[in-house]
Amino acid sequence: MDFATLAPFLVGVVISGLVLGFVYAIIALGYTMVYGVLQLINFAHSEVFVTGAVVGFEIFRVLNGVEMNGYLKLLIALIAAMVASGLLNILIERLAYRPLRNAPRLVPLITAIGVSLILQDVIRIIEGFQGRFDLTYQLPTGFSTPFCGPESSCAGVGKFLGGIGISLQVKEVIVVLVALVSLAALNYLVNFTKLGRAIRAVAQDRVTAGLMGIDANGIISLTFLIGGALGGISGVLFGLKFGTVNAYSGFDPGIIAFTAAVLGGIGSIPGAVLGGLVLGVIQNLIGVTNILGGALNIANLGVIDSSYQRIGAFLVLVLILIFKPTGLLGRSNVEKV
Amino acid sequence: MTAIRPGSQPPVTAPDRSIALIVLAVISSALLLISQESSWLSRLPSALANFLKNPLVASLVLTFFLANLLFAYRWNASLWAKLLVGGLSLFLILPWAGRDNTSVLDLAIQIGIFAALSLGLNIVVGLAGLLDLGYIAFFAVGAYTWGIFGSGQIGKVLTYFKDNSANNGPVVAVGGLVLLIITALSLRAINRVGGKRTPVANWAFLLAALGLVIGVTLLVRGLVMLAAANAAGLTSGVNPNFFWLFLILAIAAAASVGVLIGLPVLKLKGDYLAIITLGLGEVIRVLANNLGTYTNGSQGITPIGSASVPWFNSLAGAIGFSPDQYNLFFLYFVVLIIIAVIVLANMRLDRSKIGRAWIAIREDEIAAQAMGVPLVQTKLIAFATGASFAGIMGVIFAAKQGFISPESFILNQSISVLSMVVLGGLGSIPGVILGAAVVTILNISLLPSLGEATASLNLPPQVNPAQLQRLVFGGILVAMMLFRPEGLLPSVRQRRMMHEDDDPSGNMTPQDSIAGELNPENAAEVYSPGVATRADNERGGGTQ
Repeated sequence: MDFATLAPFLVGVVISGLVLGFVYAIIALGYTMVYGVLQLINFAHSEVFVTGAVVGFEIFRVLNGVEMNGYLKLLIALIAAMVASGLLNILIERLAYRPLRNAPRLVPLITAIGVSLILQDVIRIIEGFQGRFDLTYQLPTGFSTPFCGPESSCAGVGKFLGGIGISLQVKEVIVVLVALVSLAALNYLVNFTKLGRAIRAVAQDRVTAGLMGIDANGIISLTFLIGGALGGISGVLFGLKFGTVNAYSGFDPGIIAFTAAVLGGIGSIPGAVLGGLVLGVIQNLIGVTNILGGALNIANLGVIDSSYQRIGAFLVLVLILIFKPTGLLGRSNVEKV
Repeated sequence: MTAIRPGSQPPVTAPDRSIALIVLAVISSALLLISQESSWLSRLPSALANFLKNPLVASLVLTFFLANLLFAYRWNASLWAKLLVGGLSLFLILPWAGRDNTSVLDLAIQIGIFAALSLGLNIVVGLAGLLDLGYIAFFAVGAYTWGIFGSGQIGKVLTYFKDNSANNGPVVAVGGLVLLIITALSLRAINRVGGKRTPVANWAFLLAALGLVIGVTLLVRGLVMLAAANAAGLTSGVNPNFFWLFLILAIAAAASVGVLIGLPVLKLKGDYLAIITLGLGEVIRVLANNLGTYTNGSQGITPIGSASVPWFNSLAGAIGFSPDQYNLFFLYFVVLIIIAVIVLANMRLDRSKIGRAWIAIREDEIAAQAMGVPLVQTKLIAFATGASFAGIMGVIFAAKQGFISPESFILNQSISVLSMVVLGGLGSIPGVILGAAVVTILNISLLPSLGEATASLNLPPQVNPAQLQRLVFGGILVAMMLFRPEGLLPSVRQRRMMHEDDDPSGNMTPQDSIAGELNPENAAEVYSPGVATRADNERGGGTQ
């Protein structure tokens, strides 16, 4: 395959990888924020995220026949998913993590795995009573049409992309826009408000923050709320991007997003975003070229072997942890005795 | 803080329950035999027979019977009663009940397999404190070791190489061996330099490790090419008598994989280690799925042979087993022997120098290191020991099922083994066996029979109780961690540790308030072994 056809193809792979990366980034933020305040891998975050996806599915399903602007439906779905996932995350923290605040570190980690399993079955059963397992999003009309395909005539970025043969769907553009807006909002909240300062203080030192008059438990709950709300958003975005979710589909994106958080430096918000984007692109490249499947399979471009994609994410994780455990943007910590 | 006082337990004053134990054992054995023997069942009034035939009731009867073994272990009874009940139950009643209904023997073997797995994971998680979420990968290694050689798969592999490779087997094998030796030596050299790892040393380490893996691959490939000429003789696997050899080989294979996986990741701590082992466990499963030439991919390998021991088979035949059950009957006793050996090994390890080193690492790595415990080496031994138990049981599993596929080695299996260990009590040998039995019975017997019992309710297939494993495992993990972190049958050491801070008068400081944080017993800066948080020390990556 010559360069003239390969180059735009690879650009296309990178761009769709970035779209995927934005979804991962938002999920990774949920992990990184919780890790920041509690130093706990919230294994249940993948189910918090699936809850958001399921709530989004239900909203779109209920509103399917209703005459309403598609974007308004999306907004309702996003808000509902944020509320549901955020409240669920607070509930998890209250019931499963808070009583174990001072236990050895293995203990809340095992609890988190347990909560994750319980939620998987609860979601499966709730949907199962209505005879559903795989939930296929019923998107409003216009969401799946090409945003700026090779055929359509449009200006600016779209024209440029169309010119080199890259087609994005409207929903993929929505994914990126929603992700950007949530990132901006989170950035404002954490860096420019009083609450954000409190979150940062608790993340740095819970005990001293308490001495300074900060309600540490309240802030931890708030962090779980924000992390959960981000999980809800990412769930809906995941549903938009892939079209289908089920109770068990949180595992893969969850593990990849966690890798993204570690890659960027766990606890670091810009790091999580960077990690998500990098992993999204890497994953798409691995899937498309099938490097890990044996020979570099450029000839069969487009045949994605998803199981090797997963291995790719794990290998990236192993390499980072061996060589740069603090991640790309993380602070290095000297271990105190 | 109250100091740990050895021997400060109050004297046991439970009454002698020998008689009760034997009576219970007789009742439950009778119930089990009646419910499993169709000829006896048919003589009962039909209402009673139907009641006993109900899958839920049958499963509860079996559970009740197995609970006897627990009573025999726990109750204060005279030794002869305990030995009588235990011995007769394991060696007479259970095989007898299994004669008519093989699912009983199947369940017993499965309990044995998972008990061995939990004992192995117990060393890694319970003693050494390394949370391994990919433990089932070692089980897979053992299962595939025998699965490939004990079935026609080895013939297929050799035929493939006979047809598809040039005649350079010796060259590849020798090249692989040379590379293996060179890289192994350089790994040793790099490790001996020790001290603080520089980036250069890290890269050199990675390169050497990569070379090691390639060397092993080449060596194996070369040997396979050399052996390709024998493809025709192996179309139905190696001679079944090699089963015994493969029990040993599987131990070696699983332990080597344990070391290979352990080398790069063991310098990580706690949660990082958990997620990496989870990832590597998945990698092994995906490899099993995708290396179709060797593992037959997702279709799995079948039929897998088992050892044939003529005198044992004639014994089984003499006491009324049908020929297709010889294998189960035989494996049941093999499992019993292996479990006995593993338990013995565990008890010795627990009290040995290495066992104490593991516990020291679990409690405080830095302090352990300062006391002269070699961290990486000790952790690797824990990984390899745990892995070897899984490896040997993998062979048994392959031989019992006669079929293995990557589906048997999913993440959920790792987590179910973890929940067995947690349920029984981290670090406690009898506890872990009990945990394995409870979870396996739930999983294989009680939940499916609950599913059959509720079949009349016409629930949608998505909410069949037989599929509630995740809910059950998750519930076990959460509930145990919240309410009884030391497990059902805690080891003495663990029980003292978990309740070290309990005020005898019962007025504990509320732990979830800031006031609790300031209590010096609980604050992060104070180290009380096993109880203090180590939040500040373990943040941000955690290389040593």
